[in-house]
Amino acid sequence: MYKKGIYTILSNEPLTAAVWRMTLAGDTQWITAPGQFVNIALAGRYLRRPISVCDYDERTITLIYKAVGEGTAQMSRMTAGAELDLLTGLGNGFSTDVSAARPLLVGGGVGVPPLYNLAKKLLAAGRHVSVVLGFNTASEVFYADEFRALGCDVVVATADGSQGVRGFVTTAIAERALDFDYFYACGPLPMLRALSQAVEQPGELSFEERMGCGFGACMGCSCKTLTGNKRICKEGPVMKKEEIIW
Amino acid sequence: MVDTSVTLSGLRLDNPVIPASGTFGYGAEFKEFYDIDILGSFSFKGTTREARFGNPTPRIAECEAGMINAVGLQNPGIDHVIAEELPRLREFFHKPVIANISGFSVEEYAYCCERIDREEQVGLIEVNVSCPNVRHGGMSFGTSPEAAAEVTRAVKAVTTKPVYIKLSPNVTDIVAIARACEEAGADGLCLINTMLGMRIDTARRRAVIANTMGGFSGPAIFPVAVRMVYQVARACSVPVIGCGGVTTARDVIEMMMAGATAVEVGAANLVDPYASKKIVEALPAEMERLGIERLADIIGCVE
Repeated sequence: MYKKGIYTILSNEPLTAAVWRMTLAGDTQWITAPGQFVNIALAGRYLRRPISVCDYDERTITLIYKAVGEGTAQMSRMTAGAELDLLTGLGNGFSTDVSAARPLLVGGGVGVPPLYNLAKKLLAAGRHVSVVLGFNTASEVFYADEFRALGCDVVVATADGSQGVRGFVTTAIAERALDFDYFYACGPLPMLRALSQAVEQPGELSFEERMGCGFGACMGCSCKTLTGNKRICKEGPVMKKEEIIW
Repeated sequence: MVDTSVTLSGLRLDNPVIPASGTFGYGAEFKEFYDIDILGSFSFKGTTREARFGNPTPRIAECEAGMINAVGLQNPGIDHVIAEELPRLREFFHKPVIANISGFSVEEYAYCCERIDREEQVGLIEVNVSCPNVRHGGMSFGTSPEAAAEVTRAVKAVTTKPVYIKLSPNVTDIVAIARACEEAGADGLCLINTMLGMRIDTARRRAVIANTMGGFSGPAIFPVAVRMVYQVARACSVPVIGCGGVTTARDVIEMMMAGATAVEVGAANLVDPYASKKIVEALPAEMERLGIERLADIIGCVE
């Protein structure tokens, strides 16, 4: 189920030069799984902005977003107390009921945020959670300490080697010989593809696409899978590794 | 108590508000938000003979006061719609629905309309002639009076339901095409479909949409739609369904004053899933404000 509601900004602060964290207060009952997203209406912008949910509890939602275009730049200028119109509970999130005992979470850039609540859920279920976070450079790294504080084993990889392992998330997984029996991933498409090909374990991946509505009506974000046509916004954004056509 | 009812070729609607094809799927996504029985009707997703995946992504580009889409008629095909979607729809929509039919040949239009003719739930067939005619170099049926008339005749021959032709605005003279459809037996007309548009990602120096061009819709095209509805309604005697950028109850009234008997709401449903519901609920107050007792009385009242 998904619903529309008005949410009040509690805080909005930069984590890096381009990445921001916004917390919102309001009805969170429609968010049922990590990896779901919200769709945000912005004054003067015709389409909503789909943003993945980083974390949520009974009354707040945390979003981490990158100011890449005019819409997200506009979001970054908003201050506490302002209100936003959100559709919440959108999409199918990560499944936390898989029987894996040692899950690996792999995030790249702004693909990192939805893994945070997932890590919480998996840890609460008694799993041993490893996390690999990939960024371009040290100044773009965020949330490594937050994942550590939850109790995850965290490895950071940077493309230029300025922090952690030099290289991509796949380099880090191979170099550290990480032990896992299932993976969850969110990040840029080349990362998802490389990861899916590099590891033998089963897993699930979160995809993104330009969307019209975000709730399955416009067919703007369709993709083909081995189990039929799917809408990234509705049947996705999370899909199983074995159904993806690369 | 104001009267919002209108009649399209014998099909009485409680109100003139109809979510437009391609923005409302087969209804299921919207029943999660509200009881869609409050609508006049809705026009289901454009359906073809075979299932279609449509165009590659990205299919969507944002614009000032609108959007461009190049979905490419993704749909599960007429057999699936009849076997799966219509029975499912019956559970949560208890009014006649408008069947939007597309085709890439005259035979395909006729085949789909003949199939849908047997469906009791369908109150009216809306024929989208904006698709390319594959046998004639891909030129849209809707850009030539002869081709649009040929489709109209072929469809009329296989159905007893009212046939409305949905016209493309991407033509030099929409009135000539409207007249050709009327002469070929169309029971009504629906206009306008999306306007051909394009956006460029200036950082990447390439089109935003994979298909390069797509259909521009949203409030930005509303004045064009009002103008074309006005021109066509004056030139033809069959009912017109007005469509294009409608966002508010006031837009509905404006479109009807231009000559529309009913009004479709398109892109607005995508940015606010409650858009059509809000319009239906706002109509009586807007009518009272303007001193309108019976909505049907204002159709084409502007000279």
